[in-house]
Amino acid sequence: MTRYSAWAVLKAGFSGQKNWDRQWRDPEPQKRYDVVIVGAGLHGLATAYYLAKNHGLRNIAVLEKGWLGGGNAGRNTTIVRSNYMMPGNRQFYEHSLKLWENLSHELNYNVMFSQRYHVSLFHSPAARDAAARRYNTMRLTDSDGELWDLATLKTNIPHLNYNNARFPIIGAAVQKRAGNARHDAVAWGYARGADGYGVDIIQNCEVTGVTRVDGQVTALETSRGRIEAGKVGFAVAGNTSRLWQMAGLGRLPIESHKLQAFVSEPLKPLLDHVVVFGVGGAHFYISQSDKGGMVFGGDLDWYKSYAQRGNLPIVQDVAECATSILPCLGRVRLLRHWSGVMDMSMDGSAFICKTPLDNLYLNAGWNYGGFKASPASGWYFADLIANDRPDPVIANLDLDRFRRGVIIDERGAGPDPKLHG
Amino acid sequence: MIRINCPFCGPRDHSEFTYGGDASIVYPALDAPMDDWHDAIFLRENPCGMQSETWHHVNGCRMWLVVERDTMTHEIRSVRPAHQGNAAVMSAAGDKS
Repeated sequence: MTRYSAWAVLKAGFSGQKNWDRQWRDPEPQKRYDVVIVGAGLHGLATAYYLAKNHGLRNIAVLEKGWLGGGNAGRNTTIVRSNYMMPGNRQFYEHSLKLWENLSHELNYNVMFSQRYHVSLFHSPAARDAAARRYNTMRLTDSDGELWDLATLKTNIPHLNYNNARFPIIGAAVQKRAGNARHDAVAWGYARGADGYGVDIIQNCEVTGVTRVDGQVTALETSRGRIEAGKVGFAVAGNTSRLWQMAGLGRLPIESHKLQAFVSEPLKPLLDHVVVFGVGGAHFYISQSDKGGMVFGGDLDWYKSYAQRGNLPIVQDVAECATSILPCLGRVRLLRHWSGVMDMSMDGSAFICKTPLDNLYLNAGWNYGGFKASPASGWYFADLIANDRPDPVIANLDLDRFRRGVIIDERGAGPDPKLHG
Repeated sequence: MIRINCPFCGPRDHSEFTYGGDASIVYPALDAPMDDWHDAIFLRENPCGMQSETWHHVNGCRMWLVVERDTMTHEIRSVRPAHQGNAAVMSAAGDKS
């Protein structure tokens, strides 16, 4: 594997930049692997990478039914932040943000992580108090966060709707270390890194059956033949229930919903930060990509769905949000919109845990928040698979937490998956 | 847009409705063991394919409906009132609103 550097680019320049290696191999599946991860999205690829890097395992495969990074890895708004407050979540997402801060160096791959501030607007004294509590908790637990009054906000983002808003903006909660990243580069960087350790990434390989013997998974039936496995990890958010039922394990505290994201035509630099708006039933987040497109999203489509296509009422809903806080976007044309299938869980938090089968491990239930979580998700999932016990940070991200009365509900929305954001 | 054929109002856009959730859940008796309540509240079949679910015609007749819908194609197989008793009462009173 060629190490990427300025020197490598210069050297390749002498041959017209035409002799670069493949970034990862395209291997035929072997008969057996020590660990098989199902799903080559960000979480599966990161898991394979950290299994190899942190735990010294080498005989690993990542199976992907489509193409690498073609699911939710390519269907999000690329926001990275750690403004979570609940015990467990706080440490988990902070660890993830710390991994993000060094990810380009770690992977020798420019993931274009841009710490451009996450600016969450508030519109009432009650919302400001709630933000103060949350952001003070962050400051007390090894993170950063601050509150901006209206004057500071106006200086930093002059073109929000300050004059005529239905819900006047009174300030913002800001995490300066938060921002966004290039989603494809994260998938490619982890894939290349894992491949460099000898991990087989097998695309166009759909799992069609799970063979069980005595409480163990012994093999996976796939569209590219039978693959035996020592340990198996599921990382297929969106389709977790289908795979879970293929393994004969019944019901899960998860529903599949779809979430849309949008990008506008490219504009000249307009918005330096990630801006989030949520009041009076609205829910909206926006940033500007390096190509100039405004990247934004809103709520779920509300009804359960496995279809990777969105509905029009949400397009209107999100467009209304956009023009209500950034009226200057009124004449901007939409370039594309797309939809991904989310694992919406019963409390809005994820699962990284052991399962009723001894050698099967689950990584699921990422709700809206899977992108930012992916480095830590891979980190802790690899640790769980390698050591067969959860790290204390993820001890409550198990399937049994509801039975114990542990509800990790950041939004306080109750056991209704479509309400968690 | 999904079109839902409301038994009281006729075919309407789904944006007139709010989505309830899984209609296949049967809640246990109030004094049932905690495990039964756990399963009813927290666990879901989450099928990829036909499922029955509740919708509330909140911007129409305000009746709750049970809709059989495919979660992959969004095709609707059937719609019926969630509370058969109410439907009978409305029908007897000749209320077609």
